[in-house]
Amino acid sequence: MSMSLVTSTLWQGLLWGILALGVYLTYRVLDIADLTVEGSYPLGAAVGVSFIAGGGSPALAVVLAFIAGSVAGIVTGLLHTKLKIPALLAGILTMIGLYSINIRVMGDKSNVSILRMDTIYTFFENFGLNKNESILICGFIFVIVLIGFLYWFFGTEIGAAIRATGCNKQMIRAQGVDTDITIILGLLISNGMVAMAGALIGQSQGFADVGMGTGTIVIGLASVIIGEVLFGTRNFMNWLLAVVGGSIVYRVVIAFVLKMGMNQNDMKLLTAIIVVIALAMPLIKEKISKAKGA
Amino acid sequence: MLDVKEIHKTFNKGTVNEKRALQGLSLHLNDGDFVTVIGGNGAGKSTMLNAIAGLWPVDSGTITIDGVDVTKQPEFKRAKYIGRVFQDPMMGTAANMQIEENLAIASRRGKIPGLSWSSKASQKEQFRDMLAELDLGLEDRLSSKVGLLSGGQRQAVTLLMATMNKPKLLLLDEHTAALDPKTAAKVLELTEKIVERDHLTTLMITHNMRDALRCGNRLIMLYNGQIIIDVAGEEKKNLDVPDLLKMFEKASGSEMVNDRMLLG
Repeated sequence: MSMSLVTSTLWQGLLWGILALGVYLTYRVLDIADLTVEGSYPLGAAVGVSFIAGGGSPALAVVLAFIAGSVAGIVTGLLHTKLKIPALLAGILTMIGLYSINIRVMGDKSNVSILRMDTIYTFFENFGLNKNESILICGFIFVIVLIGFLYWFFGTEIGAAIRATGCNKQMIRAQGVDTDITIILGLLISNGMVAMAGALIGQSQGFADVGMGTGTIVIGLASVIIGEVLFGTRNFMNWLLAVVGGSIVYRVVIAFVLKMGMNQNDMKLLTAIIVVIALAMPLIKEKISKAKGA
Repeated sequence: MLDVKEIHKTFNKGTVNEKRALQGLSLHLNDGDFVTVIGGNGAGKSTMLNAIAGLWPVDSGTITIDGVDVTKQPEFKRAKYIGRVFQDPMMGTAANMQIEENLAIASRRGKIPGLSWSSKASQKEQFRDMLAELDLGLEDRLSSKVGLLSGGQRQAVTLLMATMNKPKLLLLDEHTAALDPKTAAKVLELTEKIVERDHLTTLMITHNMRDALRCGNRLIMLYNGQIIIDVAGEEKKNLDVPDLLKMFEKASGSEMVNDRMLLG
């Protein structure tokens, strides 16, 4: 493998790791499979890239993407908690709605490009780094800061209430916490981070496309599960690091199978199969141990 | 302390499954009353407790706790006044979280959570002492996940969580029914100890008539969503199970046919 392939695989793992952290928050902490991700990821890219295309600051573009994603998360949260729509369907509805919104954000086009414009990574290139190295450093900084933030936030009273909501709603309501609010908050942070990943990845590739969200939830889940299996879930910090680790491993696997000559178009199928196997693992293990015991 | 006036609740109104669960139930509890609640299946015991806890709004009537009309308040708002232990030992605690984290959340019952650190070092000692009082060896397991505890241990922790802030009202919904007899006796003993020590106003549903007669200073029996027997003080002390059955037959005009209540 060439050095540039190694660095680009690593930074892809880190940037997608931010998305995986967002998916982890809903899937594991809130215990909701949130499909909003498939809309908030391209939303983040659309907002982030369009803002730069219009002459805006690349750093501010990431912040705006976070805010846009948060709003998407709030919408799903309101649909779920106030209108009592099942979480899965609420996410799908927001995702579908976002498809139109994302096209609007990109000025009634299905994609927007910033190929020769400055991005958040240009700042690091000024220090004599090439583009791949700049994205790697930048992605690393983002991941560290976000993990620090998540570790702090989910250790606070509000964070503990959100974790308890995902574990046992009855219990936390009996302790006086409004679970509607904790669910909405969780979805807000999750989708904000997913959109942030969208803005960072959009800037790294120099464009946003309305179709780029397809399959993101599965990639996120794959990262979460791979990370859990390989790096453990001993405590919250370990778990957060494992998720990002899982995202990196996922990118390494992808790079490897592509290098082996696998058709790029088969990637999504492979990802889906990986997630199916990982999700079926507990059942398979149980069957095996039962068969042994019998 | 608690004033329930003429509450009605009908589930699945207008369908074949219509169930008139509470039919004009009224109940007044004085400060420090420890009331045991008995009644057959479907009599409305749990429905009454859930109405007071606010799981859903009642159709009519009012519920007042310590002078505050909570009839229209959602469950999470009433939690400020109410400590609860459920029949299912899994329901009162967050299994994926540490004992300490569960206790920390309970120590803030009814308060809006903020951004300060949830598990405060300053509370650790207090938690350890409280757990030591349970006498279940949990005082050295503050950082264990609650999911690793036995049903009895979880129920004891839930009881601790429900009572640590001295609630205005303690609601116990057959909280020993899912435990083995020895553990059930232990949890019940703890319950009596805490209720007495903190002078807690308590409603305790039980299927066990002997427990219902032995515990507390007052006993009520529900039938068809109404209170049909209400005895307190000396009168309650002098009752035994056959007396109670006779009273039931007289009050309801039917025979008590629930084996669980007789044998328990």
